[in-house]
Amino acid sequence: MTPTVPVTPAPGRLAPVGLPRLLLGGPDPARPMPLAEHLERHGGFLLRGFGGDRGPTMLIDAVERAGLTGHGGAGFPTARKMRAVAGRRRPVVVVNAAEGEPASGKDALLMRIRPHLVLDGAVLAADAVGAREVIVALHTGPSSAQAAVNERKAAGLDPVAIKVVHVPKEYVASEESALVRFLSGAPALPTFTPPRPFERGVNGRSTLVQNAETLAHLALIARHGDQWFRSVGTPDAPGSLLVTVAGAVQRPGVYELALGMPLSAAFDAAGGLSEPIQAVLVGGYFGAWLPAETALRVQLTPADLIAAGAALGAGVLLALPASACGLAESQRVASWLASQSAGQCGPCTLGLPAIAEDLALLSRSGNTTNVRNRLERRLRLVEGRGACHHPDGTARFVASALQTFAADLARHRRGNPCPSTRHPVLPLPDDPVGP
Amino acid sequence: MTVRLRVNPIMCQAHGICAELLPELISLDEWGYPLLDPQPVPAALMAHARRAVADCPTLALMLTEDPGK
Repeated sequence: MTPTVPVTPAPGRLAPVGLPRLLLGGPDPARPMPLAEHLERHGGFLLRGFGGDRGPTMLIDAVERAGLTGHGGAGFPTARKMRAVAGRRRPVVVVNAAEGEPASGKDALLMRIRPHLVLDGAVLAADAVGAREVIVALHTGPSSAQAAVNERKAAGLDPVAIKVVHVPKEYVASEESALVRFLSGAPALPTFTPPRPFERGVNGRSTLVQNAETLAHLALIARHGDQWFRSVGTPDAPGSLLVTVAGAVQRPGVYELALGMPLSAAFDAAGGLSEPIQAVLVGGYFGAWLPAETALRVQLTPADLIAAGAALGAGVLLALPASACGLAESQRVASWLASQSAGQCGPCTLGLPAIAEDLALLSRSGNTTNVRNRLERRLRLVEGRGACHHPDGTARFVASALQTFAADLARHRRGNPCPSTRHPVLPLPDDPVGP
Repeated sequence: MTVRLRVNPIMCQAHGICAELLPELISLDEWGYPLLDPQPVPAALMAHARRAVADCPTLALMLTEDPGK
């Protein structure tokens, strides 16, 4: 039986009502919020210390009651991850801000404009599990994260050491086990599990890997409590989330929404659709395509999206214009995903290029029945057969393309492919999408 | 307690010896990598399963025990 101790509200600060929460303080996307202004807006936070007099797991209990789950893609309950690390010998907290998903920009934006909210969450999580060390992992680039860490150091704010580490750009590098391996001084390649990071992580130490956005939510739960966190969202899917809205919308960008809102609210937030759409890519390149009519009606909760055949993933919502070819777009991304295999596991190394090639044949109206059957067999064949979920995610993406663009497949087969008159819509690194 | 086959896909180099020694539970995919029967290893095949594990040249094949959940 866990005691339910109420979490003290942020000293002298009223909790924000409604949204935005994480993006509180104005929509200036270019300006990192300085420490003083951040503390002025959100209030300070209390560190209680693992094993402290208010109960060793007070914050973890609050996070559990809040129902916070990971915003990096897998949606794992945050409190359960924290409990697995709490009290182990010399644990480490890793902030995963190395957004591998090319279509996602929310963690990069958060690190750029609200670095202190993420760092608060990391320090609070470290305190709650008994860690003295935080590592912020992000891709190389202009680092307001390092500037924010320096600012906190100068202010003497944190009792834990915070280190910023730049990780390689490869898609699988931000996968949890690859990240842990890289931070231990080895190449950023996924490892066979178990052991999982909580058992043996960075340099063999128990490691809590949390997505940047997840920690920002945690920083607010620590200040305002779990009841406040649940004051937006639904009972089963509480809180808010950051979504990256892209494709055929007026103002592509990162927006904060309450969970349980209709997916169409994300497009409204982005100024509405800029042209008619045929489908929405939900979650990212490990996600799934939904036909437009399904997508615009679905609610943004994990359960509703799973029922519709998709998943929230990293919160990418990409509107595919009616004038684009979903097959050609998907084939381009599938080839890229195949190229991003770490090359460690045979079924992934050999299977993903074969899948991408099959999809290319289909989208060029090749020998459809045979190729289609072979492709469907290969999609089933690679699933669950890598050390990480790269083959599974790729297979899910391609399978959803076959389903959502079934009418296009039939048309391509009749020798009537889509006119390729427009630039690709789905973004890939080093291959910019056109107007 | 049930015993199942598991393969470390990073270590597996598609020698295919396991499928020869234990065709009842292991087949090979089109690239020569093993497909394992997810069911618990039946007692009657346990000796063959151990042999397949022992003879894997890259030590990628293993038997895992999960206490019945």
